[in-house]
Amino acid sequence: MADPMHQFEIQKIAGLPELAFTLPGVGVIDMSITNSTVAMLLAATIVVGFLAITTSKAAVVPGRLQVIGEGVFSYIDDLVAGIIGHEGRKFFPFVFSLFMFILAMNVLGLFLVFTATSQLAVTAALAVMTILLVVGYGVLRNGANMYKLFVPAGVPWYMLILVTPIEIISFLLRPVTLALRLFGNMLGGHVAMKVFAGFVVSLGAMAAGGGLGMLGIPGAALSLGGVVALTALEFLVAFLQAFVFAVLACVYLNDVVNLGHHH
Amino acid sequence: MDAESAKYIGAGLATLGMIGSGIGIGTIFGHFLAGATRNPSAAGGQFTNLILGAALTEALGILAFVLGLLILFS
Repeated sequence: MADPMHQFEIQKIAGLPELAFTLPGVGVIDMSITNSTVAMLLAATIVVGFLAITTSKAAVVPGRLQVIGEGVFSYIDDLVAGIIGHEGRKFFPFVFSLFMFILAMNVLGLFLVFTATSQLAVTAALAVMTILLVVGYGVLRNGANMYKLFVPAGVPWYMLILVTPIEIISFLLRPVTLALRLFGNMLGGHVAMKVFAGFVVSLGAMAAGGGLGMLGIPGAALSLGGVVALTALEFLVAFLQAFVFAVLACVYLNDVVNLGHHH
Repeated sequence: MDAESAKYIGAGLATLGMIGSGIGIGTIFGHFLAGATRNPSAAGGQFTNLILGAALTEALGILAFVLGLLILFS
């Protein structure tokens, strides 16, 4: 059976040894074009192209394409306004870019051979970017009041001894779970699809041998049905994980934007 | 028992963490359905909260999955 982990291997498409440089404390940074960077570039191009095409002939009465583009736009706009509130407007470009980029990478992974979001480095970069924005904006806006993030209002002091460490740990786990959720969902889904597809091939080969091996045919048919069902499920997961990433980015931003007064 | 087979048993045991995640997600969607059938007009507005709860619960299942990978490949 084919190795289900083979699809996640990084392969160099064009080596760029002259661009490699050494970062002190980290080591050599290889700037080569790999299948991961190609998938990401393709995803970014599709997002930009999609929005450019849908809004190229913008009219007061929108056409079909413009409705699609504006629909995605207002969907995330409503989400940001609903979670963060009035002040969420300035975070809309960030959340919208995150959502569109992750959605494009997830969906591209279902059509092409490589899923960029199944690389922990990619999801970790997105998660670290989000959490740095949360911490940076929180410190800029609230200053020393940032401690309220870990000390919920209205909790008696003897409970704070217990609650504060839990809040700190849960805050530190946020970027970790943000990165691992997207990575794990994409990795797990694609491995499951490849394992079921491998069953079809190996059971089909068994049936081709004839004799008692013919019993493999119903098993292969069942696995083929499983692959079709899993592919449909993966399309749902691809959207859902992009949506979840956007929602969680909004929730974490809301914590520092509306610090101390919940609405 | 040699270390290699113990590793595989450990990775298999690590996946048991998904039991809790499965129970949690089932509870979330079950209760959402129970509430949504009682008051369908309020169900649409709670979709974000529903997905948020499912995502936070799912994270713990994913942690079990990553633990299994760590045991297997380290």
